[in-house]
Amino acid sequence: MIATQLGASHLQFLLQGALWTVVLSAIALVGGGLLGFLVALCRVSASRAVRIASGVYVQVVQGTPLLVIMFLVFFGLPPLGINVSPLTAASASLILYVSAYMGEIWRGCIESVPKPQWEAAECLAMSRTQRMFYVVLPQAVRIATPPTVGFLVQIVKNTSLASVVGFVELARAGQIINNSLFEPFLVYLIIALLYFAMCYPLSRWSRRLERRTGYARRQQVVTP
Amino acid sequence: MSQPTSSSAGPVVALRDVHKSFGSLKVLDGVSFEVARGEVLAIIGRSGSGKSTALRCIDRLETIESGEITVCGHRVSDPKLPLRALRLDVGIVFQSYNLFPHLTIEENICLAPVTVKGRRRAEARETARRVLGQVGLGDKLDSYPEQLSGGQQQRAAIARSLAMEPQVMLFDEVTSALDPELTGEVLRVIEQLAAGGMTMVMVTHEMGFARRVADRIVFMHRGKVWETGPATILEAPETAELRQFVGSGL
Repeated sequence: MIATQLGASHLQFLLQGALWTVVLSAIALVGGGLLGFLVALCRVSASRAVRIASGVYVQVVQGTPLLVIMFLVFFGLPPLGINVSPLTAASASLILYVSAYMGEIWRGCIESVPKPQWEAAECLAMSRTQRMFYVVLPQAVRIATPPTVGFLVQIVKNTSLASVVGFVELARAGQIINNSLFEPFLVYLIIALLYFAMCYPLSRWSRRLERRTGYARRQQVVTP
Repeated sequence: MSQPTSSSAGPVVALRDVHKSFGSLKVLDGVSFEVARGEVLAIIGRSGSGKSTALRCIDRLETIESGEITVCGHRVSDPKLPLRALRLDVGIVFQSYNLFPHLTIEENICLAPVTVKGRRRAEARETARRVLGQVGLGDKLDSYPEQLSGGQQQRAAIARSLAMEPQVMLFDEVTSALDPELTGEVLRVIEQLAAGGMTMVMVTHEMGFARRVADRIVFMHRGKVWETGPATILEAPETAELRQFVGSGL
């Protein structure tokens, strides 16, 4: 076997993998975000049964390694007659995983909107749904933005686990190239740099958002 | 409006032998008082005497253990009471203003009329302009709460309540977070409302104001209505407790 040099075609292959990492992250964010929003609403529901059921969902998903969820979906479903492509398996697993974490982050944000805000809305005869959507959620969104963007970094890095089901994203692309080049340090260094290039801007953005928020809480502080 | 208001004859607010405890602490121990239409009632007393709790019970922000509360024909003590109907008739203003920080003053005021009462937006804006004029904030429609002083925020909160056209207004120590100057501007607004015939129940520490504006005073002590009567009771208290309270309060 001839060990070739790292060339333009290899880099192109890596970049293509990086692109799939971005796509997978986007799917996980949108899908997981929508499902996570539902989870958050269920976690603060007026119904005890709904709160418990969603709590169990969160605990089960958070208590299972993402790697195992991927295996379960990819290898566990075909025997049941459901065939899944690597992309589908990776997407579904990430959506489950992200929804549980986002749900908990957002539950915390909803609950951190000061209680007197609920009370004021209640005293204006607004229904529970109206209070939630007009008064509490808009304030929770502001509180939620920095931790949500921060969590995006976790999503991007966790997409690398999709390589175990044979999905060719950045990490898998690196493995494939390394298998032909036998230059693990160089190849994985490039991969690390590419992940860093994707994650660092997100971290910076999250920190900037953190500095800008907080007026919703400031306003409520009253010293008698 | 939605209810057959039998209250045109009887009292707007009536508490009869109301009892309530927080754990082993008895906060309301057989409280009874009535407020007639157009009357201004001031509830005074030391911290912990149960005055704020009594006020919050009127709007069912607290539930009671025994006794009876009737507000604008609603049986507040009935556990099955439709809360929204009650809250359409009762406006409440809190010590901490509780304006919605993500909305402008105009949006704060329009939100409930539009979403709850189904008013058209243009109509709600008209109301907002009117009530803000009433509290002297006609130029603050587009400001956000955090851009206003405490006194202005509290007046905006009063305007927000007024926009729902309540039958009775409750004020829960609305000036306790304000300095004397800002307190003055809020009290002037409340005084105007009283002059306009609004039925009001207010918990206050402003003795001079209570004496000037209230038709009747309820002095609470240890969860009981200790002494009640016209504002003149502040000058000639019958009980030693009120005498001491008035003496130290001024």
